[in-house]
Amino acid sequence: MTEATDAPLRETPLASLHRELGGRMVPFAGYAMPVQYQAGIMAEHRHTRTAAGLFDVSHMGQAQLRGPDYATVAAALEKVTPGDFQNLAPGRMRYSLLMTPEGTIVDDIMVVRPAGKSGETCLNIVFNAARVAVDEAFVGTHLPSAVRLELPPHRAMLALQGPKAVDVMLRHAAVGDLRFMDSVATTFDGIPVAITRSGYTGEDGFEIYLSASDAEAITRTLLAEPEVKPIGLGARDSLRLEAGLPLYGHDIDETTTPVEADLGFAISPRRRAAADFPGAIRILDELTRGTRRRRVGLRIDGKLPAREGAAIVGEGGETIGRVTSGGFGPTVDAPVAMGYVDAAHAAPGGAVAIDVRGRALPTRISPMPFVEHRYRRRSAG
Amino acid sequence: MTGYTRDHEWIAAAGGEATVGISHYAQDQLGDVVFVELPQVGKQLRKGDVAAVVESVKAASEVFAPVSGEVVAVNETLTGDPALVNRSPEGDGWFMRLRVTDPTELEGLMDEASYKAFVDTI
Repeated sequence: MTEATDAPLRETPLASLHRELGGRMVPFAGYAMPVQYQAGIMAEHRHTRTAAGLFDVSHMGQAQLRGPDYATVAAALEKVTPGDFQNLAPGRMRYSLLMTPEGTIVDDIMVVRPAGKSGETCLNIVFNAARVAVDEAFVGTHLPSAVRLELPPHRAMLALQGPKAVDVMLRHAAVGDLRFMDSVATTFDGIPVAITRSGYTGEDGFEIYLSASDAEAITRTLLAEPEVKPIGLGARDSLRLEAGLPLYGHDIDETTTPVEADLGFAISPRRRAAADFPGAIRILDELTRGTRRRRVGLRIDGKLPAREGAAIVGEGGETIGRVTSGGFGPTVDAPVAMGYVDAAHAAPGGAVAIDVRGRALPTRISPMPFVEHRYRRRSAG
Repeated sequence: MTGYTRDHEWIAAAGGEATVGISHYAQDQLGDVVFVELPQVGKQLRKGDVAAVVESVKAASEVFAPVSGEVVAVNETLTGDPALVNRSPEGDGWFMRLRVTDPTELEGLMDEASYKAFVDTI
């Protein structure tokens, strides 16, 4: 969650507001970010699941891939991902992966094809904060000369998450027609913004992409709504863990493949058939024959959490894997974790143990998410 | 009298025994406590040994023995109600009682005023 560094920390446009709100600032991905506010992680987590939580995610990298026409831009992104961007409709968003030629994961990203004019020549990409420089260099080396990757300065990004998020948003922006993974360029109280119905908590919610100079005003407006409280990185982590969503640098990295990571849904059918994505030979083989290890959910008996790095052991005491994220799940009201285990042990329901300071905690391999997703999908309405 | 360590334990000694817990500042830094791993009664601790582990939502943190001694009691209430550490860190949320081996070890501790001054420098 936090990291030691000697480099001066960057700040988002909301840094002074975080301090005013009593946010406890910690280093994260090179930024000073609030790990929690006065309410604390548990209360912030529960508030997001029951009402609406507002997150400053301005540290994330907002990039634009621009070219002469949409087909050229989509083809350029397809060189480094397994997604089908040729067929991404205007106003739609897609989760994808930047992949090495070996089929491992450089970053997990969100890609938006804007509705309207800019969707004819441009894709918007959100990179993980800690990976922006790596991603920029990696994508840059694979681009044809007609396509440029730009990271416009002075941007901000907010996430409003939770079952009341939609009620709050409708008071300020025309988002009534948006469904999960839809995108719209609109206004928030008259201020131009882009909004997607998306997030990383498992809840219904929205992400707002805006100019840095508008960030504080819009944040204060949202915080003035009775349903909304500010939420820090601590609860963001426990929420995404309960939602079964991987965190780059912990659950996925340049040593893991999408198949091992249980992210096979990100490899589109068209790209599978064409076998034209990075690492395709290896990945298609893994999809057919399986992998040596697999990312799984872990439900631990009792109340003692297992943390990243803890060994997962089989019934004979042999190490069969390792925890990559773990903690206490406030909504589950129990410790939850995810990690990689040998494929022979990956079936849900299997009994394993996790070694925490010499104690073998009885654990079950569990399906994920641990808390049901509550996205408002286009089909389900 | 209650003494404090630079690792944010408090220790209240009386009649050869000492009660140990974590400071208000420590619980505030840790956040919501979800589990406390306490030592076995009868365990011999040397000053500086890991005596307990506090698990908060975000991390595990070690609690060190502020003095050497034998564990004569642990606060079993924390097993069912770990959040008591947040509500009453320097009262009902105590961790353990030690039979103090070397009373001179108590002399190096900070008093409340010095500890408060120390915390203000962090």
